[in-house]
Amino acid sequence: VTNVPAPGRLARRRRARRRVLTEASSVMLGVVLLIWSLTPVYNMLLVALDPEEGEIEFAGNLWTPEPSLEGFRAAVMQDARYLEYFWYQYGNSLYIGLATTLLTVLVGSMASFAVGRMHLAKASLLTNAALLTYVIPASFLIVPLYRVMHGYGLLDDLWAVIAAQVTFAIPFAILILRQYARLIPLDLDDAARLDGATVVQLYLRIYLPLMAPALAVIAGYSLLLSWNDYIYQFVLLSSQRNMTVSVMQAALFVDADARWNAMMAAAIIYAALPIVILYALGRYIATALARGCT
Amino acid sequence: MNGTSVIHVGRPAIRRRTLSRSLRGGLKGGEYTWAVAFVVPYVAVFLTFVAYPVVYGLWMGSEASLYRELFADPIYQTTVVNTILYLALGVNVKMFLALLLSGFFMRRRWWIKALLAIYIMPWALASVQAFISFHWMLIGEQGLVDGLLSALFGIEGPIWFNDRWLGLGSNIVAYIWKWMPFWTVIFIAGRMAIPQDIHDAAEVDGATGARRFVHVTFPLLANLYLVCTLLSTIWTLGDFATVYFVSGGGPTGSTDVLATLGFHYAFDASRPALGVAVMISALPLLIPIVILLIGKLQTSEVQL
Repeated sequence: VTNVPAPGRLARRRRARRRVLTEASSVMLGVVLLIWSLTPVYNMLLVALDPEEGEIEFAGNLWTPEPSLEGFRAAVMQDARYLEYFWYQYGNSLYIGLATTLLTVLVGSMASFAVGRMHLAKASLLTNAALLTYVIPASFLIVPLYRVMHGYGLLDDLWAVIAAQVTFAIPFAILILRQYARLIPLDLDDAARLDGATVVQLYLRIYLPLMAPALAVIAGYSLLLSWNDYIYQFVLLSSQRNMTVSVMQAALFVDADARWNAMMAAAIIYAALPIVILYALGRYIATALARGCT
Repeated sequence: MNGTSVIHVGRPAIRRRTLSRSLRGGLKGGEYTWAVAFVVPYVAVFLTFVAYPVVYGLWMGSEASLYRELFADPIYQTTVVNTILYLALGVNVKMFLALLLSGFFMRRRWWIKALLAIYIMPWALASVQAFISFHWMLIGEQGLVDGLLSALFGIEGPIWFNDRWLGLGSNIVAYIWKWMPFWTVIFIAGRMAIPQDIHDAAEVDGATGARRFVHVTFPLLANLYLVCTLLSTIWTLGDFATVYFVSGGGPTGSTDVLATLGFHYAFDASRPALGVAVMISALPLLIPIVILLIGKLQTSEVQL
């Protein structure tokens, strides 16, 4: 009698052992991923908290012997070489980022509204143009765009950078919006039309509110795009007045006598914004991407 | 304007399809005007900042002598090899790991959800700052990596950027670090779109673990995977910041890729036409990918 349930118990025990094994290996993988993701971030913190003004000296300690907020103070108070105009440059970066975001959402949503909701013939031409832009490697256009901007009289103008960023952000916007808009029934528009709604009302009162999650994703995407950019800001802007944080940090990077702790503190302050935004919009982004992929 | 349809009814034989009418579709006068007004901003952006610069660029790099000079240049040859390695290793390793990890992040555990929030941090971190940090981690004995190597294992770490292969490897690792989270999130979204009953059915049939991945999950994600890989290849070809900040192209330009070499020619060596030629020389690689990708994006439901 005792022999009969044995295979079942054996199988159960084997399953339990396998579950423990899976759990242990996923914890291990988790630890590896944690170290992998955070090491460069940790390195930034390590340098920023170093009290020394001069070069970084890492003696194998996992933590600086005397962590100091001196680097952060110098960055916030603009009290270090290169960082004299830190907040002004931050303002420039923010201006570019916000204008890019706003224009991308506006122009992208208008175009996708016309294409998706208004039965515009030859609308596929527009989508193809977006696709074509989408597949141009961004840095490949830098030289001709520089020349063209020169021709437009936009060199050393924040709007040149904004125009370039909007150009590269809009294709993503149009494609995501086109996909997301399929979830909103066209009957809704027809019903509103019967009630006498004008095109502008359809766009403002029905399309924009219902597309809010997708618009949030696009806003996040375009802000990240412009916040991440270096090459267009570096090439298209030249004067001190129009310098952005990215360009300043790159200039500081090649200077051997720079104050590393202040510079890394400034880098952390700059890098904090997209992280905050990403986590604030995280749920929206996940839902919209999931819907966009189906 | 309103009279056109009346004329049509009266004289069906003369159906002149003018350009404006074929563009108009089924729209009535007022709506058509609005539709055009809504599209004009994007068309203007496309023409001024994409179409014209592309044509201008092709014109700039249209001289054959540029390419003769380029192909004879040993630095260019090194750069092509680097670019191919960078794309082949960087993109494929990153995409494959992202696909596997997306399965890991699908597990329903609170700590895995929390880990995902940390895992996507490299993606959110601004590139310039992140790559400068990478550069400093690997700067030699003062860097974090060599410091850890000597503290933990007593090994004297290499000077990473004094060696072409170590430098190239550092660039690829930094690139994977930065962009793997983004694609993992895309694959998580793709996996979430797979109905749960398919997994349940697979489990009833005894497909678990690796077998379920090979026979159930991967076939369903294959199209998404292909599109993402193609797209990522194109974007990586245009990736400038990683190489520029991590290895800086050093030692002596031996880890440059096409994007950074083109930039150096155009802006450091003041030879813009040669810089454009470097970019254009990637077209034989780029065009087949673009054709394949646009076909996929137009027909399939996959959307990014």
